Amino acid sequence: MTPSVQERVLSVEGLEVVYTTRSGPVRAVRDVSIGISPGKVLGLVGESGCGKSTLAFAVMKYMPPNAKATAGRILFRGRDILRMSGRELNRLRGNDMAMVYQDPMASLNPSLRIGPQLTEVLIEHAGSGAGAARAACLRMLERVRMPDPPAIMERYCHQLSGGQQQRVLIAMALLTNPALLIMDEPTTGLDVTVEAEILDLIGELKRELNTAILFISHSFGVISRVADRVAVMYAGELVEQAPVRDIFRNPRHPYTAGLLGCVPKISSAGRRGALSPIRGRVPALHETPAGCAFASRCDRARDRCRREHPGFQQTAEGHPVRCYYPDSADSPGLQPLPATPDAAELPSAADAPVLQIEGLKVYYQAKDRGLAGMAGRHRKGFVKAVDDVSLAADGNSTLGIVGESGCGKTTLAKCIVGLVPPNDGKLGFAGMDAARIVEHRPVATLRELQMIFQNPDSTLNPKRTAGEAVARPLQLFGTVPSTGIRNEVVRLLEAVRLGEEYYDRLPAQLSGGEKQRVALARAFAGRPSLVLCDEPLSALDVSVQAAIMNLLQEFQRQYGTTIVFISHDLSAVYQLCSSVAVMYLGQICETGPVEALFEPPYHPYTEALLSAVPIPDPTLERNDIRLSGTVPSALDPPTGCRFHTRCPRKIGPVCEQEAPPCRGARDGHRIYCHIDMEELQTVKPVFGSVE
Amino acid sequence: MMLRHDRLRGAFAELVKTPNSAVGAAIVVFWILVAVAAPVIAPYTPTEMHDARLEGPSLKHWLGTDHLARDVMSRLFWGTRTVVALAPLSVLLGILLAAPLGLVSGYVGGRLDTLIMRGVDILMSFPTLLIYILIITSFGPSVIVVVISIALGSIPPIARIVRSLVMDVRSKDYVSAARLRGERRRFILLREILPNVSGPIVVDATIRIGYAIMAIGALGFLGLGIPPPTPDWGGMINEGRPWIFAMPWTVLAPAAALSSMVVGLNLFADGMRENAQLR
Repeated sequence: MTPSVQERVLSVEGLEVVYTTRSGPVRAVRDVSIGISPGKVLGLVGESGCGKSTLAFAVMKYMPPNAKATAGRILFRGRDILRMSGRELNRLRGNDMAMVYQDPMASLNPSLRIGPQLTEVLIEHAGSGAGAARAACLRMLERVRMPDPPAIMERYCHQLSGGQQQRVLIAMALLTNPALLIMDEPTTGLDVTVEAEILDLIGELKRELNTAILFISHSFGVISRVADRVAVMYAGELVEQAPVRDIFRNPRHPYTAGLLGCVPKISSAGRRGALSPIRGRVPALHETPAGCAFASRCDRARDRCRREHPGFQQTAEGHPVRCYYPDSADSPGLQPLPATPDAAELPSAADAPVLQIEGLKVYYQAKDRGLAGMAGRHRKGFVKAVDDVSLAADGNSTLGIVGESGCGKTTLAKCIVGLVPPNDGKLGFAGMDAARIVEHRPVATLRELQMIFQNPDSTLNPKRTAGEAVARPLQLFGTVPSTGIRNEVVRLLEAVRLGEEYYDRLPAQLSGGEKQRVALARAFAGRPSLVLCDEPLSALDVSVQAAIMNLLQEFQRQYGTTIVFISHDLSAVYQLCSSVAVMYLGQICETGPVEALFEPPYHPYTEALLSAVPIPDPTLERNDIRLSGTVPSALDPPTGCRFHTRCPRKIGPVCEQEAPPCRGARDGHRIYCHIDMEELQTVKPVFGSVE
Repeated sequence: MMLRHDRLRGAFAELVKTPNSAVGAAIVVFWILVAVAAPVIAPYTPTEMHDARLEGPSLKHWLGTDHLARDVMSRLFWGTRTVVALAPLSVLLGILLAAPLGLVSGYVGGRLDTLIMRGVDILMSFPTLLIYILIITSFGPSVIVVVISIALGSIPPIARIVRSLVMDVRSKDYVSAARLRGERRRFILLREILPNVSGPIVVDATIRIGYAIMAIGALGFLGLGIPPPTPDWGGMINEGRPWIFAMPWTVLAPAAALSSMVVGLNLFADGMRENAQLR
């Protein structure tokens, strides 16, 4: 059933948006047609640089001065937005169409309380009186499930958590009951648990309010949860558009199939071997090729694809695809690949533990900067970032550490590598005592312990070429004789698929994924026995994430390196790790082999994390467990079990009073919980319905 | 491998791209050329006395003569040399003194940081002009004393800027990576941090040269600058002051030269900053 143009709230037809830049015109959006009906969500996916946000802003005709819509129409309730005057547009924006952005902190005014920011919308746009506006805002905050709306109205945005800020923004966008809501990566900066709540909220609002939503995301998992239809964008063009189930069950365009193949998937069917990343990167928009824009990265490209630009080809299912050979696109994203034994085999943990941590504590002293503090009467406060953590990682294995932000994962990593000194506890590394900061560690230890950082933009010295960055550890550690350094650097660069021409490139000339590859080569250059990865994927596109994960596994196989992989992305952990530790508020609450962790018995926190993971499968039914609130302050952690304040399975006062006992299960699987193992065993598996 | 002078040429081409920096660069280059060519283009020597005192502009003396019957234009051109040589010199000296303080203070932190920064604060709590006057009156005015006093006066602001830049770069992951491979502190400071803070320091220095020119002017005006008879713009303004209404050119010419130089440097620095942001 295709709704006619009149029924649609938004209908974009053949839109083209061109930026005028120093290096010539850039056609950021080309020949894009989409439509959204009331109460429906259109998900827009694609890698970064594909024109998703440009399209979103163009829909509101909110474009930078150097951008211009050069062709096509944007019909909002049948009227062309591109032809409207500034005054008409202003009436429309905020009233009939609203937008929610990625960074909630940047979208709220830090110097105004939430109340006036919300009521202003109604007073400005709907001409409401102050009293009526306030009442309406309170109702709307209630509707977006904010606890205690009157108190929220009195707060400043820095007093709200990230999830709450995003709720306020959604409330603000919905105040005037807009017909169209545009959401540009609204959950990207949030923790999985918070993301899951926001996605639930969007689902509910869609049903209640009959709003048409254009939902932009780079994550298929997120899209599959909220969207009714999905449009896939590549290099400024739509390449495929279909109902959400069809996209995931039967992706027709090789790009869609490729993107799905990049996403590691948690399923009871078992782990896939190596992921299948898409090679290359999105072409720069000012040099779009004559043929299909995807041809250079497509395994099925034939001569015709490189010569002629494909239009939309109608397929049997009424599922248009911009590809000449759509039928040949199978769906590697959904069937587990017949894993090659080599790739599927995770390194066996044969050797003795490389890393052994016992009772590790890292406290930061919280400075009391008040008057009492200056008078010497300050209370000694400690942020217990890591509090009594015991862990072990075997040689040649991968240990995943997961948890929400603020759980002490990064501090733990920094303490292991020696960037922060521990306050107490044992930190043994390959039989040596390493509980000290790097400056006091012997060179032998330094060489064996390296780290890969989260932010690709700050991981490389901007003034040093890629080759120099990789060469430096080789010089310092004497891994190869000094005459062989250049060859070794080239070999390492090639191992991360970068080739010799990258030797002289500066970080500014590299993409995020390429920078992370150089960082990988640098970390492995000294052939360390332990590499810590602190969220190495979170800033990258899915196709790049897959490539980096494959590289990590390759290096590990080659050198027998132990990897500690810190991530909030449980699918990536599932893909990479042989064992996992779940951290909450500075403590480990569950640890064990990866298979055991993703099946009952679960620690209630693990269960909640797992049920929040966005899985790219719209048919998946899960029993959704949502955590309320955020991680409490580590300055004053809850007594007893630290998770008791948010635990959905809290059994009683014992949780508040006593530290939970350690309960062992098979294969070194340990759960720290007051509930006994038999009961935890009976919990319904989170991924139970996956066939 | 990219050759060094290619990089420099590329950087210069980038600099002149924005209109601000192009205009600024033109003004600055003009005065540098004047300074270099002063002996050739100045019609007379700066100290030569002519027939008439306080004479108006004429074909013989385009900007007239001053109270000692010296040619104003020649003095202006020769005065450029003092400014063009001494202002950058004093700023350079200031950076050499202050940057190490800022680097160490920002990177090491803790007690050393407190110690250095309180010292800098003490220096900062004196009005700069007071520092100049104190030093010059104690050691007597001479070129070196003027340069040193301006350099000392610029230590607090430069040290503070360098410190804040270093504190930002210190937290970057590539510095952590350097620590993790056991680099020495010297290497981290000079090779990892310094190259990444040098850009803003250079921009700041360009503006600071403008301040130094004004300072030299102010000292000259107070009679504490370069001792006569060496021509310098501030001194010329002071000498012309009694006749400002009758013979405005003796004041206006050096004043215009001084402000155009400062404006030029500021424009140039603005352009550099814009370019750094564009990248």
